[in-house]
Amino acid sequence: MNVLDFAHAFFSDGAHWHGYDGIPQRLLEHVRYTLLALALAALIGLPVGLLTGHTGRGGNALAFIANAARALPSFGLLVLVVLLIGFGLLPVMIPLVVLAVPPILVTTYEAVRSVDPSPVDAARGMGMHESRILLQVELPVALPLILSGLRSAAIQIVSTATIAAYVSLGGLGRYIIDGLYQRDYEKVVGGATLVAVLALLTLAVFWAAGRFAVSPGVRRR
Amino acid sequence: MIRIDSVTKRYPDGTVAVDRLSLDIPDRSITVLVGPSGCGKTTTLRMINRMVEPTEGTILLDGEDIRRQPVTALRRSMGYVIQNAGLFPHRTIVDNIATVPRMLGWGRRRARERAAELMERVGLDTSLAQRYPYQLSGGQQQRVGVARALAADPPVLLMDEPFSAVDPVVRKGLQDELLRIQEELGKTIVFVTHDIDEAVKLGTMVAVLRRGGRLAQYAPPAELLSAPADGFVEDFLGADRGIRRLSFFPSAALELTTDAVIPADAPAERIAASDARYLLVTDSDGRPLGWTEPGEPAAGGIRTDRLLPHGRPFVPGADSLRVALDCAVLSPTGWAVAVDDDGRVTGVVSQQTIAEAIRAAHAQGRTGKTEVAR
Repeated sequence: MNVLDFAHAFFSDGAHWHGYDGIPQRLLEHVRYTLLALALAALIGLPVGLLTGHTGRGGNALAFIANAARALPSFGLLVLVVLLIGFGLLPVMIPLVVLAVPPILVTTYEAVRSVDPSPVDAARGMGMHESRILLQVELPVALPLILSGLRSAAIQIVSTATIAAYVSLGGLGRYIIDGLYQRDYEKVVGGATLVAVLALLTLAVFWAAGRFAVSPGVRRR
Repeated sequence: MIRIDSVTKRYPDGTVAVDRLSLDIPDRSITVLVGPSGCGKTTTLRMINRMVEPTEGTILLDGEDIRRQPVTALRRSMGYVIQNAGLFPHRTIVDNIATVPRMLGWGRRRARERAAELMERVGLDTSLAQRYPYQLSGGQQQRVGVARALAADPPVLLMDEPFSAVDPVVRKGLQDELLRIQEELGKTIVFVTHDIDEAVKLGTMVAVLRRGGRLAQYAPPAELLSAPADGFVEDFLGADRGIRRLSFFPSAALELTTDAVIPADAPAERIAASDARYLLVTDSDGRPLGWTEPGEPAAGGIRTDRLLPHGRPFVPGADSLRVALDCAVLSPTGWAVAVDDDGRVTGVVSQQTIAEAIRAAHAQGRTGKTEVAR
């Protein structure tokens, strides 16, 4: 049997579409973990990136912290956190947020820094408050890059959220881990396929968000 | 009036950008700050709206220290135009122009109506209202920049090399447009440029700054050209300041002669009787056709297809002596052709006559009766 046969067998089995271990349920769990981790990471990364980008201060410290965070292995961190605080949603969220903050933070910082200084100078010269300059000039112009940071963070979360299953939580990682344990390769392939599809869906969502949120004047079409 | 009172800007590394500069900028006129790069002209401009804070000295606006009001309120009372226009790329043209009125709390509709009105004022087609900046040419973008600065009708306009990034033809158009707008609106404009021709063309008063941020001369452009304060100003004005100064002398007083002007269907005797070296031939409407030499016409009258070109004519009264001289220099015969507003010949004038008028104008200029006409 090859991979396609495994996938076909997994998805054509009606039993995989119902119940607490069914595909809709696991997909929903996975999406929930992803959204929660992305929201937390954005809550940290966006304001810090916007502010440091606007003032231009703290760029070096930011790069250092981001690189240090990138060097942390997510799975190792998960094990460490579980040992420290036990099982639950929180120990899963910590490695995912640590994983997602650096791309959001660094890209947002760079995005704001790279905004053409002329409109910013013009805005300041016409008496715009600094907060308005940031939110109404720099943010809309930097938005395509900021979205790309959020997108790569989201993709990384989608693929890494499978580790939640290691600490008895749900999500698509359940199929992969249980499948490996039970030597049920249909399950492993099915789970992996679903993760890949979800990653592609995430790309599509960000593409649509870009079309919707970025001004045509910035997109230049 | 804006009074710059003994203002110095010194940076932490010890660089002095502006050195004890004092300048009274009159209301409702264009004051140009001009000088080589590093002379502190932009720094001076940016101190007026507090984009840069002076190290020493004060700037007074209508007698009041500009630091006595909130910085945003000060800036909203001064339009600000910068080199690359600095338009907001994510906003449409109409929303760009409506920015300050919206900040001042105007309703969206009123702000947009005002923006449309300003687009017409600066010579932009209102069909561009919903475009984005990247869809406009550099010259159009700069017009939007001017419109945006004028949107809330501020009494003061600060312009930092606004026309230096566009090509010469577009720049001339923008300069003419600015003079026209100023004629209508009478703003207090402070204009920074490194281009002395632009300074002379636009300025009611011109301040020449030298490196290190010191004032070299502050005078009306005609005076600058006739009496540069020192070698630096003279060098900066360039080699042809004598010629450029002629822009400030009107051509209305030039003595024109009509002896050498003949209609194309003039009888041969009249042509033969003329003692002029060249004759200007006109059509039946009195418009110039070209130059001919007397004696040449054979039977059948003047061959209008064999005339020397008459060159560009000038309009006495509207054009300056500089234009008249230019026409004479470019004319194949050395004579300039004068026409009225409808293009009908009113006479011709020789280089000698123009030279005499120049000498007379200079003599008059020395007695302080320089008439400014551009």
